Amino acid sequence: MSQELVTLEIDGQTLQARPGSMLIEAADAAGISIPRFCYHKKLSVAANCRMCLVEIEKAPKAMPACATPVSANMKVHTRSEKTRAAQRDIMEFLLINHPLDCPICDQGGECELQDVAMGYGNNQSNFQEIKRVVPDKDIGPLIETAMTRCIQCTRCVRFGEEVAGLRELGATGRSERMEIGTYVSKAVVSELSGNVIDICPVGALTAKPSRYTARAWEMRAHPSIAPHDAVGSNIEFHSFDGRIIRAVPRDNEAVNECWISDRDRFSYEGLYAHDRLTQPQVRQEDGSWRVVSWQEALDAVATILHHIDANRSAAFVSPTASVEEGYLLQKLMRGLGVNNIEHRLRQVDFNHADSSSASLNLAELEQQNLIVLLGANSRFEAPLLNHRIRKASLKGAKVVAINPQALDYNFDVQQVVVDSANLLNAVASLALAVAESAGGLPQALRNLNVQATDEARAWAEQLRSAEKKTILVGGLAAQHPAFGALKALSNYIGEQTGAVVSVLPSANSVGLSLAGVVPAPNAETDLNRLLASDLNTLVLVNVEPEDFAYPEQALKAMQAADQVIVIAPFADDRAREYASVLLPAATFAETAGTFVNIEGRWQSFKGAMQPKQEVRPVWKILRVIGNSMNLSAFDYMSAEEIVAEVKLETQGGKAAKTSGLPEQLVTSTLSQLPQPVHMYRTDSLVRRAKALQEMVALTPNAVSGV
Amino acid sequence: MTELHSTNNSVLSHHEREEIDHWLARYPEDRKQSALLGALRAVMHGENYVSVEKMDAIAEYLGLPAIAVYEAASFYSMFETDPSHAARYSISVCTNVSCMLNGSDSILSHIEKKLGIKAGQATPDKKFFIKVEEECLAACCNAPMMQVNHVYHTDLTAEKVDSILDGLE
Ligand code: SF4
Ligand code: FES
Ligand code: FES
Repeated sequence: MSQELVTLEIDGQTLQARPGSMLIEAADAAGISIPRFCYHKKLSVAANCRMCLVEIEKAPKAMPACATPVSANMKVHTRSEKTRAAQRDIMEFLLINHPLDCPICDQGGECELQDVAMGYGNNQSNFQEIKRVVPDKDIGPLIETAMTRCIQCTRCVRFGEEVAGLRELGATGRSERMEIGTYVSKAVVSELSGNVIDICPVGALTAKPSRYTARAWEMRAHPSIAPHDAVGSNIEFHSFDGRIIRAVPRDNEAVNECWISDRDRFSYEGLYAHDRLTQPQVRQEDGSWRVVSWQEALDAVATILHHIDANRSAAFVSPTASVEEGYLLQKLMRGLGVNNIEHRLRQVDFNHADSSSASLNLAELEQQNLIVLLGANSRFEAPLLNHRIRKASLKGAKVVAINPQALDYNFDVQQVVVDSANLLNAVASLALAVAESAGGLPQALRNLNVQATDEARAWAEQLRSAEKKTILVGGLAAQHPAFGALKALSNYIGEQTGAVVSVLPSANSVGLSLAGVVPAPNAETDLNRLLASDLNTLVLVNVEPEDFAYPEQALKAMQAADQVIVIAPFADDRAREYASVLLPAATFAETAGTFVNIEGRWQSFKGAMQPKQEVRPVWKILRVIGNSMNLSAFDYMSAEEIVAEVKLETQGGKAAKTSGLPEQLVTSTLSQLPQPVHMYRTDSLVRRAKALQEMVALTPNAVSGV
Repeated sequence: MTELHSTNNSVLSHHEREEIDHWLARYPEDRKQSALLGALRAVMHGENYVSVEKMDAIAEYLGLPAIAVYEAASFYSMFETDPSHAARYSISVCTNVSCMLNGSDSILSHIEKKLGIKAGQATPDKKFFIKVEEECLAACCNAPMMQVNHVYHTDLTAEKVDSILDGLE
């Protein structure tokens, strides 16, 4: 769509801008800085702070650049005397009630108010009276408030309404008594709430877990990638004195825009959990633990692996592991003849091999006309993917959610509740309706003995007629006994209707599948049957019982095994009971690695911190074990070298896509459905993040299957 | 946002619900917020203040976030949100410039003495509440003036105030 551009002039510079866009956008694009507080590129225009006033020729008074659309031949002056006078006066007004407590304010040094006051304000005020005081509110474990500092820009309020989709903060009272808060005392619970810390231009809303720990100018920034969901949000760690103080978003329009989820923001707290492993340890005959050298520990591991009974052994790795870690683990195990390798620990049905499609594009998700969520509690599985769905919905897309129960979405959605036992039939009925109009009836559907209902036909028609459509199979589906069949049917529906079909993977599952961290076809492909078999040797890489669909069954298998090699950042009391060797491993914050997100986007990162004490990166540990077992081609010098090999083996990292329906759809029989997991209990790091753990009780519905 | 509507919202009285429904009927389906002020007014009439419980019930009834109701109720001065301000008659004595020049201060202190309470307080029998009023009530030409519930009384004297207040049930 080509649109005539408008030509205008700012500070003598001739610029072109999209008609209808605001002056401030044109100035930003040209790198001309205009001070602002209430304006934010991702939020609606409020124009309430007036800091962005600029002189426009022929206009009687200075106009707010954030709320003045560009027009042809406009001449704007952002540094003229008139503009400067307006900026000085506004600054004086804004500071009337703002306390001069910068030395004790956590925002000091990275405060927009401080910066703009320095750059554009006066050094004296005419205001001699007493400033107002606003009592602070406790709005939960994540966000610290100092409401006297609030300049009422309402960014946080608009964020709640427009981005989080949950209006929790508001402006109550009026005039001089207007206050930002929740009015009644309650915690802010949105899964994106921490973003208000970044957008608040002053020190009114700051991060509670990191308050008073370091000053902005003392911290060092380290780019990284968040491991907790399949979005792969770009983050930045800030460290001080050898310790990670906080995590903040890094702008990447294609992935996380300028936001991150609370899980990605606050999980770093887990790095300093009291049960962090820092020394290799070997269990003694009498059951006690002895701290040993790496050499001794690796010798113990080699002894175990030399006597391994391949059929009664298995290796499990957390879905948050990097491609490099997963790849070396499977290479090591396969080298030893062990084919029981798995990372899809919360999945309960393993029929119909994964056709892990990486065809979804996050930015394009916003442009869809119809989105079908199948067993997906998207808000809590991948908050920023959900944000894209929400944006599509706000633009008019129809969203349908087919789930075993009604869920709490933050956009308009038509919820179709089908109990677990009938879920497969409901989807099969839809597939049948699609097949009917396509003219051919695949054998699998004939075998299923279902009817295409009128409702299904109506849906099929909608799917066919919608221009852009996506079917997203989520984590609740992964915990369904017919997961494989549901995926196969969804893929079939996608093929017939042209819908993009994507299975919402947990964390780095796309990358780990590519790296081969799945059982060989001739091995036991069903994880839960495998766990129930008589396993005597286990290798656990950052895995705990809670990472499995059935934690109790997993714990039993770990306790029953004779030898359990634990390579992990943490070891709790249970691990100290079932493990034979404990090898202290680095987290994603302390080593280089690569995650592949739901789009198939490979994102590599470097360690933000040096591992402490005897902690070592998992890939290095696995390399040394590989060498000590005399396996060939285990001489990697760097994570980059490993990931290059994976890319080569997987032809650039695109997963093969299977097509067509298998003749017969098979499902699993489960004696009991697994319990969905809370979004702040999904992996070992998150489970140890203190503030997030306090959120668990406040957000009982924030559960998912992955 | 999917909101679950419970039509038998028991916190709101039958009358309050009827009143809200009356306002709802005047606006399009998807503009429920339009009935918010009507809803707050209905509650204010019944209880002489709006409690958090009632506001939450209104929010649920109209499918609004609770904070949107708190914002509106705390913004408009005709809604009392503090239970200690609840009284059958709310008296606002204008003390803005025109009224002040015409003796509103002595009118206010006369009322305070007569009722035995200060501005911002209610009588123990919950009959009168004297509101702290800061804004001009737009009857300057007949200053001093006061507003009792919805009724304006102008050209006030102490005697006139007495007869007005004594005449209230
Ligand atoms: S708390 Fe911060 S973001 Fe919210 S209105 Fe105040 S200054 Fe703006
Ligand atoms: S940034 Fe333009 S008015 Fe606030
Ligand atoms: S000053 Fe009292 S009515 Fe205007």
